[in-house]
Amino acid sequence: MSDIENIQNTYLAKVEAAADIESLDAIRVAAIGKKGEISLLLKTLGKMTPEERNVQGPIINGARTMIADAIAARKEALETAALNERLTSERLDMSLPAPQSHSGSVHPVSQVMDELTEIFADLGFAVAQGPEVEDDWRNFTALNIPETHPARAMHDTFYFPDKDAQEREMLLRTHTSPVQIRTMMEVAKRTEGKGEPIRIIAPGRTYRSDSDATHTPMFHQVEGLVIDKAIHMGHLKWTLETFVRAFFERDDIELRLRPSYFPFTEPSAEVDVGFSVEKGKRIIGGDRQGKEGGENGGWMEILGSGMVNPKVIENCGLDPNEWQGFAFGCGIDRLAMLKYGMDDLRAFFDGDLRWARHYGFDAHDVPTLSGGLSGKGAAA
Amino acid sequence: MKFTLSWLKEHLDTDASLSEITEKLTAIGLELEGIENPADAMRPFTVAKIISAQQHPNADKLRLLSVDDGSGNNWQVVCGAPNAVAGLVSVFAPPGTYVPGADFTIKATKIRDVESVGMMCSEKELEISDEHDGIIALPDDAPIGMSYADYAQLDDPVIDVSVTPNKQDCMGVRGIARDLAASGIGTLKPLTLPEITRSGNGPDVRSEDSEGAPAFFATTVKGVKNGPSPAWMQQRLRAIGQNPISALVDITNYIMLDHGRPLHVYDMAKLNGNLVARKAKAGEEVLALNGKTYALDDNMTVIADDDGAHDIGGIMGGEKTGAGDDTVDVLIECAYFTPESIAKTGQKLMLTSDARQRFERGVDPAFLADGLDIATALVLEICGGQASAMTKAGNAPSERRSITYCPDHCSTLGGVDVDSAVQVQILEALGFGVDQTSDAWTITVPTWRRDVVGSADIVEEIIRIKGLDMIAPVALPKSVTVAAATATPVQVLERKLRRTAAASGLNETINWSFISEKEAALFGGDWVLANPISEDLKVMRTSLLPALLSATKRNIGRGASSVRLFEIGRRYFKAKDGSSDEKLTLGIVLSGDKTARDWQSGKSSNFNPYDAKSAVENILSTAGVDVSRLMVMGDAGPHYHPGQSATLRLGPKNILAAFGALHPTAQKAFGIKGDVMAAEIYLDSIPLPKSRATMRSSYAPPSLQSVKRDFAFLLDEMTEAGKIINAIRGADKANITDARIFDRFAGEGVPDGKISLAVEVTLQPRDASFTDEDLAAISDKIIASAAKLGAELRG
Repeated sequence: MSDIENIQNTYLAKVEAAADIESLDAIRVAAIGKKGEISLLLKTLGKMTPEERNVQGPIINGARTMIADAIAARKEALETAALNERLTSERLDMSLPAPQSHSGSVHPVSQVMDELTEIFADLGFAVAQGPEVEDDWRNFTALNIPETHPARAMHDTFYFPDKDAQEREMLLRTHTSPVQIRTMMEVAKRTEGKGEPIRIIAPGRTYRSDSDATHTPMFHQVEGLVIDKAIHMGHLKWTLETFVRAFFERDDIELRLRPSYFPFTEPSAEVDVGFSVEKGKRIIGGDRQGKEGGENGGWMEILGSGMVNPKVIENCGLDPNEWQGFAFGCGIDRLAMLKYGMDDLRAFFDGDLRWARHYGFDAHDVPTLSGGLSGKGAAA
Repeated sequence: MKFTLSWLKEHLDTDASLSEITEKLTAIGLELEGIENPADAMRPFTVAKIISAQQHPNADKLRLLSVDDGSGNNWQVVCGAPNAVAGLVSVFAPPGTYVPGADFTIKATKIRDVESVGMMCSEKELEISDEHDGIIALPDDAPIGMSYADYAQLDDPVIDVSVTPNKQDCMGVRGIARDLAASGIGTLKPLTLPEITRSGNGPDVRSEDSEGAPAFFATTVKGVKNGPSPAWMQQRLRAIGQNPISALVDITNYIMLDHGRPLHVYDMAKLNGNLVARKAKAGEEVLALNGKTYALDDNMTVIADDDGAHDIGGIMGGEKTGAGDDTVDVLIECAYFTPESIAKTGQKLMLTSDARQRFERGVDPAFLADGLDIATALVLEICGGQASAMTKAGNAPSERRSITYCPDHCSTLGGVDVDSAVQVQILEALGFGVDQTSDAWTITVPTWRRDVVGSADIVEEIIRIKGLDMIAPVALPKSVTVAAATATPVQVLERKLRRTAAASGLNETINWSFISEKEAALFGGDWVLANPISEDLKVMRTSLLPALLSATKRNIGRGASSVRLFEIGRRYFKAKDGSSDEKLTLGIVLSGDKTARDWQSGKSSNFNPYDAKSAVENILSTAGVDVSRLMVMGDAGPHYHPGQSATLRLGPKNILAAFGALHPTAQKAFGIKGDVMAAEIYLDSIPLPKSRATMRSSYAPPSLQSVKRDFAFLLDEMTEAGKIINAIRGADKANITDARIFDRFAGEGVPDGKISLAVEVTLQPRDASFTDEDLAAISDKIIASAAKLGAELRG
């Protein structure tokens, strides 16, 4: 064995034994560094005869390559081992909880109002609004409810001691119907009495001095109004059917119109919706039967409606011989309860966070017609 | 309105079943409220005879009865009634029977060690009367074993319908029968009016109040004998929940229920002088039949004699002059009171009665004499006596109204095509006259249908009798405009902000619009209710915070550690013209933990005023407001901590929002422990997009990279950092795109009363990269701008 071979083997053994990058580097410097043993040997080649060089050159260069390769391989092995060690030491318990983001909620009444707006937008209804502190002319008189009318007593009205500039008594609106009056008057004014077709819904807060398990002094209603030239009760029935089916997201809902009386509509009808009973809960729609014994299905009153009384149209400054149409009114809180299964109206206005998290809606659950109003998508 | 099936059949000839009748009632607008058959509860009770009665071995006052109920068994019953003697025919209830008057179910039991199977019943136990001294004694020939329900002819279902305020005619059984007959459920029986033998002049009654009581009819009947009314009348009254009182009173009640015609009977012995209908004198008092005294005003109508007012006309009779057991001579009043006047009086006195309900809807003005005749005949028949002539003072407004009606209105308004002949048939059955001589019919309205005033009412009559289920749905014509927005910009804004707030972790609440006066003292209030439902709900809010704070308190009380609430609702102000000025507002309350205690930090953190600011800025940004351009000013309001609150304004007077820490006093007033952050965003102040154009200004991202430079300034601690930032941003608007504070420090190395503020400025080159000279020049401008506010660059 030549000296070079000995040197080579000695370094290869050292490389193999190097425990860390630092000692490996020291070996590299000692062997193939600028003044390393092999590097110095390489420099001797220049002084050799060509014949000697032909023999010694490949041997010394071969030794250098072998050592350099061995160092590289050893370095990679050491680095891999070091990385593995680091990774092992850096282990985290990923089952530990992450910082929580706070998710808020949208109140079911707001959600239902958005749903209603969406349904009626598709039918061409705009959203109208009016004040909640109203005058008695718009809340009652213009709606054909004169002061002495028995129907006035049926509304438990909150009054203010105040009167407005026209000496009208101020009150909290008992229904959203004064928005009908405001809308028709605005149209009459804008068109100088000529009139134009109207399609609006008016959701909002309403008030009656009533408080028990199923009544709160403040509640929500939605009003609908269509005024045109050839609108009749058939259109009313279709609109209500379309609305109720769209809202409850099923087609097997039956509607029943019953004659009734509201001073502001003539003819008037109360509207019942068919319900079935499933798992002890009333479900709107279906075959109006009970599923597993117990209570049977039937009819449930959900809204009042009728053809706008010609006197009301006249009171707003439009010609009742030219314009006619229908109106309806419906409790929003009740719609929410029937659709989403809350059974306590009072909880709507309590602000209990636990209730809000259970019955509220995610901010991004915006009702759309394509996604299904409640965001469930199309049936499979 | 309640009535029994047999009562209905007095007026209606029909073979229809009960369910056909009740379904039809709802279908024609007389909504069925309930149906009940008193016989159902009485079916287990049977007519039974006491065969023998022996002394109970262990009790002096008890007897052992052997009872024959016709079943073939003789039952042993222990009974304490003194009249329970052998031979008595009474009513027996076997074990398992529910006894309504005592509210329990009979069980076979032992009484003082002796077996007792079933019970003999008193009238009270069967809810026939309050009689409870002994068991029922039936005639000896009462058939043993017959169900008591059949024996007492109780099998007469009671029907309860709700009558809408327009349907005065259906406040009497006959009107209901007429409606049912028109709907094809039977035939209305003709009304046979009685023949009355009269002698002597009618009583001297008159009306001095032609507005409130235009007609006052009266008859006297002398020599009557008052007492219990006949069994058939008592049974009907009782079935519908009226207590029989005496024959004279029951007769007037019966006619009111039968014909919707209220009457009143006076004991002539208790009257002094002639009866007159007149306006009350202001302050005049009447002791009414309900035992209460009412002070009247001079718009109210009374019936009075020389002694004064006795009767609140058309609403309630007087205590002093009514008929009693010893009444001999009576005067029967049948008057017409003006509906509006009755309504006003009733509302003012807050007094309801069966008479008021009918008069204020408007009784049939053509049925005074007939109604009085029917009453007089019943008094004569039941109580005897001699009737006088009838006095007819004044006239009720009984002209029949005429309406022009085109039969196709039924389809153009009602949506139902009804054959003309059928329309005529329905109208005539309801009592309308139909003149078809021209295409536009002339309809004559019956006197009992005051509510029918126009063609639309005629349509209603026809379609309600025909059935609203005849209406076929017809699609609304599709609106002409395509893709037009139906919500106003404000509504769109409200929806967007609601969902932004919810997405940022806030929970939406809906709170009462009214607050207490105590809260209003802190927050203000323009509208105070005259008749609040409670003192807590009295003043219309001018801030959303009180209700949110109350909700926060409730949530903390329920153990919530972190409360993040919001509401979008109105604040209520009074406009100069006395109308309502309602401002849509978003309110926020943050309280408790901002972050909960966790394993990383080991502790929780609280909300601070900057969290309120962050929430507000986040929401305003969504609303399209450039938050960096808003003015931060004071005057958030007295309920905020004066040093930890501010307003955000678009201009000096345009406040978009107020936010900050709640004032400790307000916090204490709401009983909340721990810091509370609050904010209100005034939606009506937020500018709405002026243009509906969808096109945006053109933009291409710059190709050159932005450059960041840090500056540190020393400034007076009272100098607002926001102003420094604004000054830096404004120092070179062409090049400076942002300036952010990344450190704020006071203490070691910083002189007293000063702070050190470190700012990172972002510079955006446009056409060419910045040269060192460019950067030096921008830097100089920044330092100079800051220096104007007294900030000096730290070395």
